[in-house]
Amino acid sequence: MPLAQTATTVPVVVNDDLCIADKGCTVCVDVCPLDVLRIVEKEDGKKTAYMKYDECWYCMPCEADCPTDAVTVNLPYLLK
Amino acid sequence: MDEILDGLTQIDCDILIIGGGTAGPMAALKAKRKNPEANVVLLDKANVKRSGAISMGMDGLNNSVIPGYATPEQYTKEITIANDGICDQAAVMRYAEECYGIIQELDSFGIRFQKDQNGEYDVKKVHHIGTYVLPMPNGDTVKKALYRQLRKSRINIINRFMATRLLTGEGRVAGAICVNTRSAEFLVVRAKAVIMGLGAAGRLGLPTSGYLYGTYENASNSGEGYAMAYHAGAGLANLECYQINPLIKDYNGPACAYVAGPMGGYTANAQGERFIECDYWSGQMMQEFYDELQGGKGPVYLKLNHLAEETVAEIERVLHIVERPTRGHFHKGRGTDYRKQMIEMHISEIGFCSGHSASGVFVDEHARTTIPGLYAAGDMANVPHNYMLGAFTNGAFAGLDAVDFMADVDHASFDMGDVDAERTRVMAPTKRDDGIPPNQIEYKTRRLVNDYLQPPKVTAKMELAQQRFDEVREDMEQGMFVRDAHELMRALEASTILDCAEMAASASMYRTESRWGLYHNRVEYERDDENWFCHTILTKGDDGKPAHKKQDVKPYIVEIAEDEKDAYAHQRVGASSVAAE
Repeated sequence: MPLAQTATTVPVVVNDDLCIADKGCTVCVDVCPLDVLRIVEKEDGKKTAYMKYDECWYCMPCEADCPTDAVTVNLPYLLK
Repeated sequence: MDEILDGLTQIDCDILIIGGGTAGPMAALKAKRKNPEANVVLLDKANVKRSGAISMGMDGLNNSVIPGYATPEQYTKEITIANDGICDQAAVMRYAEECYGIIQELDSFGIRFQKDQNGEYDVKKVHHIGTYVLPMPNGDTVKKALYRQLRKSRINIINRFMATRLLTGEGRVAGAICVNTRSAEFLVVRAKAVIMGLGAAGRLGLPTSGYLYGTYENASNSGEGYAMAYHAGAGLANLECYQINPLIKDYNGPACAYVAGPMGGYTANAQGERFIECDYWSGQMMQEFYDELQGGKGPVYLKLNHLAEETVAEIERVLHIVERPTRGHFHKGRGTDYRKQMIEMHISEIGFCSGHSASGVFVDEHARTTIPGLYAAGDMANVPHNYMLGAFTNGAFAGLDAVDFMADVDHASFDMGDVDAERTRVMAPTKRDDGIPPNQIEYKTRRLVNDYLQPPKVTAKMELAQQRFDEVREDMEQGMFVRDAHELMRALEASTILDCAEMAASASMYRTESRWGLYHNRVEYERDDENWFCHTILTKGDDGKPAHKKQDVKPYIVEIAEDEKDAYAHQRVGASSVAAE
């Protein structure tokens, strides 16, 4: 029983240029109540946070606690 | 991260507190201050810094009993009436007597409460009878202030571990089995006392948006407290008294009557008319809301467009910053403005939450459950209408009592076979090569909840629900499949949600009357005070299915006069009433 790869837009957007995951910052990943954010290495070798799981309560600790204002919480498309 | 490791560690503590939202931190602080030698562990499946219903903050205290504005007797009477008489008053009374002390304590943590020009608390009237609503101008700082206190008091915090089952032995609680949400490693915590503050069952019904996490409650509150108490053999009270809320449609956040009401906002029908006398959330109010939606005068709206600019700006300042700050984003995206038009409202999905209704793990005025050494507080315990301040206050009671309990006992012994069985259950979805992912098990369960359990309740529909839940359980136990530790957390939540759905159906079938307005509107049955003026207690039966019994409501401490009993029963604005402005 193979699993499908259905695409979905995600509400939390991270600005790679502002994100300091490369310096070891994991604040947004740490505070998310639903634990949906992760750090990934980009093609240029630098790291950034991103939303891995589309399970968002649009509650905003990630945006509010980000030290560089790199995170924006949009409303999930289904309810915006 | 998220790779499945599957190890096992055991630790010991005196008091284990599960849930670091509102009740849990206060329980921890009170316990540690009463006995600084006690080893207190506070465990959360998220991060205590931002976990629970008040993750981003709270805009006010909805039920403060402040000398000069209200008395404990008044409050106890109001909550008894609002809850249709089914209320053991001792817990409400103790809350009402001691919550003022908790307000002062929160004040000392740096959480400010609105005061008037004379420096007195600026309490507002929202309830039908009394005055209890106290705004919090810096309510966005609550979690940070609490966290500072936890660090100062050297509470041991364990984040990202999800408790899955309680351990019992020698007729009392022995600890809990927990699993890491990022590695699937097990942690067995032995404890002399366990305090549960795991919040509401907020992912029970499916929001009309269809987005699984677009719930009213913090979506991480998926009902583990109810399920763990059930499997450990504790009693749960009045689960048929669902929580259903009047919300901003699609956004699914509070409207919010407690903020806008005192400033002149109200709930209106499509013609802009007020149709309910009191916007305080009760089952009777929700029945009127439902009737208006179904009748020709719906939809229902939040009406603020008659207010002065500075009033609207003040309401926006509170609603768009504190409890659910994305609300401003939502209105901007929709192009809606409180000044220009009314905002469409809708009825929420069902959930369990005593914060607004009255169901939950049965507790007394010390927050003791029916299992010795096991406590519950906040949205998951059955003290009615207790909101955030109730979670703090009852959490304090639990922490104080647990310190006394642990002084007289050692760790209870338990059967290691229980741990092995739980590891097998938890890890089963990781042992398959393919199968059904947890999000589909969860979606189906919650869609069935909406189809068959959402009130008005119909017996034949609830029987269908029970059959379908059995089928989903079979699928879940035989075929659920996860690829990493994060998905395993969701799989455990899906299992909890299904437990709660079964309890909701079973409890609703048992009470063969209608009560609490829409919350338990059983269309085939009238209200029946002769046979059903009682609690219903649900436990896990010997056959593994819910068992039920009636339990007397304890004699009232505060008498309710005959002509006061129905104060909440007549919520519809009468023909002679003038729309209040």
